[in-house]
Amino acid sequence: MRKFLLLILSLVLVLSMVACGTEGDQPSGEEEDLTVGFIYVGPIGDGGYTYAHDQGRLYLEDNLNVNTIYKESVPETQEVEQEIRNMIDQGAKAIFATSFGYMDYVAKVSEDYPEVAFFHCSGYKTTDNLATYFGRIYQPRYLSGIVAGLKTETNNIGYVAAYPIPEVIRGINAFTLGVQSVNPDAVVRVKWTSTWYDPATEKEAAVALIDEGADIIAQHQDTTGPQQAAEERGVYSIGYNTDMAEMAPEAYMTAPIWNWGPYYVEQVQNVIDGNFQSHQYWGGMEDDVVKLAPLTELAPEGAEEAVEEAKEKILNDELIIFEGPIYDQEGNLKVEEGQQMTDEEMLNMMWFVEGIEGNIE
Amino acid sequence: MRMIKRENISNKKAIQIRTGAIIGSLILSGLFIFFLGHNPLDVFISMMDGAFGSIYRIKDTINIIIPLIMTSLGLMIAFKMKFWNIGGEGQILIGALFASYFALNFSFLPKPILLLVMFIFGFIGGALWALVPAVLKVKFETNETITTLMMNYIALNLVTYLQYGPWKDPQSFGFPKIANFTENALLPKVFGLHIGWIVTILAVVIISIFVSKTKYGYEIKVVGESKDTANYSGIRVNRVIIRGLIISGGICGIVGMMEVSGVNGTLTDQVSAGYGYTAIITTWLSGLKPSFIIPVSVLFAGLIKGGGFIQTAYQIPQSAAEIIQSMILFFVIGSEFFVQYKLVPDKRNEKGRERNVS
Repeated sequence: MRKFLLLILSLVLVLSMVACGTEGDQPSGEEEDLTVGFIYVGPIGDGGYTYAHDQGRLYLEDNLNVNTIYKESVPETQEVEQEIRNMIDQGAKAIFATSFGYMDYVAKVSEDYPEVAFFHCSGYKTTDNLATYFGRIYQPRYLSGIVAGLKTETNNIGYVAAYPIPEVIRGINAFTLGVQSVNPDAVVRVKWTSTWYDPATEKEAAVALIDEGADIIAQHQDTTGPQQAAEERGVYSIGYNTDMAEMAPEAYMTAPIWNWGPYYVEQVQNVIDGNFQSHQYWGGMEDDVVKLAPLTELAPEGAEEAVEEAKEKILNDELIIFEGPIYDQEGNLKVEEGQQMTDEEMLNMMWFVEGIEGNIE
Repeated sequence: MRMIKRENISNKKAIQIRTGAIIGSLILSGLFIFFLGHNPLDVFISMMDGAFGSIYRIKDTINIIIPLIMTSLGLMIAFKMKFWNIGGEGQILIGALFASYFALNFSFLPKPILLLVMFIFGFIGGALWALVPAVLKVKFETNETITTLMMNYIALNLVTYLQYGPWKDPQSFGFPKIANFTENALLPKVFGLHIGWIVTILAVVIISIFVSKTKYGYEIKVVGESKDTANYSGIRVNRVIIRGLIISGGICGIVGMMEVSGVNGTLTDQVSAGYGYTAIITTWLSGLKPSFIIPVSVLFAGLIKGGGFIQTAYQIPQSAAEIIQSMILFFVIGSEFFVQYKLVPDKRNEKGRERNVS
């Protein structure tokens, strides 16, 4: 045993020395190109949120002469800090951390590496070299609400949601306002899963909502689990993140989707040119960073026109989604007639609008 | 074919078997890497490079080595008594939970006192969690493999409950996260590594002396070899088991304290990071000898770290990297079977063959 272990240990040491000596031959050795690191909360094959970010990464590779590295399924714990340090150790000069729960860790690491540009998706903490970015996905969510509101027959729409944080709550509210703009009687029922990525749990939550009478399933989750539930139970669905038509051809109608590529290219170009500055980007449909996926033929009659009309109004600023009068679940007037919620208020939104059944824990 | 226990296998033979296993694992995982479209040799070298290739990477690997060695030491004491403590994971979590309680609620204490309190209660937490299966075992002869394993799930769900419920940081806007510890609840660093590495070295020395030089260490050994002998020679077996498990679980609890205070800076439901399970393998492979736990833990930490590295360096999917790690593990552990046993052809067949020949 002793000799065996000594053998392994010496093997390890020798190999690591060899490895050190030949570092120049490593794949990360192309020094001219900028290396950009991406940290994902799920696998790139999730068909949803992480997939959308990874499409952005590929778009970046196609459009700029950069080298990208990524790491999948990084939990929202101190592990993300290690992964970021690893990537910087491997030469990354820009880091995109793509999940909300990475926030504190990214903020901490960014202070240790002032020469690296950090981008955190969906958070609210910035530092001198940490920017935040997100899209006004609530705009296309509102549009998807119109489709759901026109389609539902039971007036019972199920919504599978990850965590009760402002990002998710805002989405549910916008969706509900969209539903009620065409169907004031419809109710949106929310089920929390406490996970971003867990196909089985998300599917179960959707099944429970369907059992309680929902005939449309919408979601704020990273996977296609809820879509599959809708498909199997023969109800209709609204996806999220990417076009999910292939996952649920008999259920899927449309989805609010992400288009990260152009933002990634713009920002990495800034890093290359030495023009990177910390910022808080929150682009909407006018930037094409968020949009509604094409409606499938399962979408109800008149939906195409209604969506198109609302979309034009949003783009012209004629329709502001969070403009009063808006009431909360208890019927209190939260936003007065003619008033608009500020970005700050929207980013801290911790209440549900009228017409939602469910609690914020 | 049937298997026969090997008597006094020669060192040469054992080394041959183990070397064969390593080579076999490299060939098989090499084939797998080849089919993924990479040069296996480059990937293996890269794995080593990722784990030990720079000061920074070595430090990172040591951060994995520390909990592996400590947990292995804890499990070793139980294993020596043939008490199969599969509950390292839960003991780590509860140790972390106890320590976190003080970090979150007594942050006004001066740093050395707070850390000492966290350390002590980390030990107590882990010890309590191991004590339950130990008492069940000596009182009711329950199967400790099952009870310690089940205690893991209770611990995990307890921490999850606190993280998603009562302990959730009110400043996190609904995101299930326990507040970060204040500065005085964080372990200080020595040479860029949290002070746990010194604790670990001390623990290896103390445990080595404890098991080989003290009366109580001897009792543990006797209980492991034969409870009847132990009874006959006047050793109070139940007391030895209970005391042993308090130490075993307590050491795992200290791992939990060091992970929340030295590495994570807060408690999460992922704080144990599978160390409780990986340590079962490292403890077993070390032959229950403290001095061997170190090289085995270094090897395993290298595998974990190197596996993570090749994911980003070669864009090998996470699951594929895990398959490579598991293949290497499978061979290494599998070889232990052949060190212990040998396969011989079934006698009946042999006789038949003989008859045919004659």
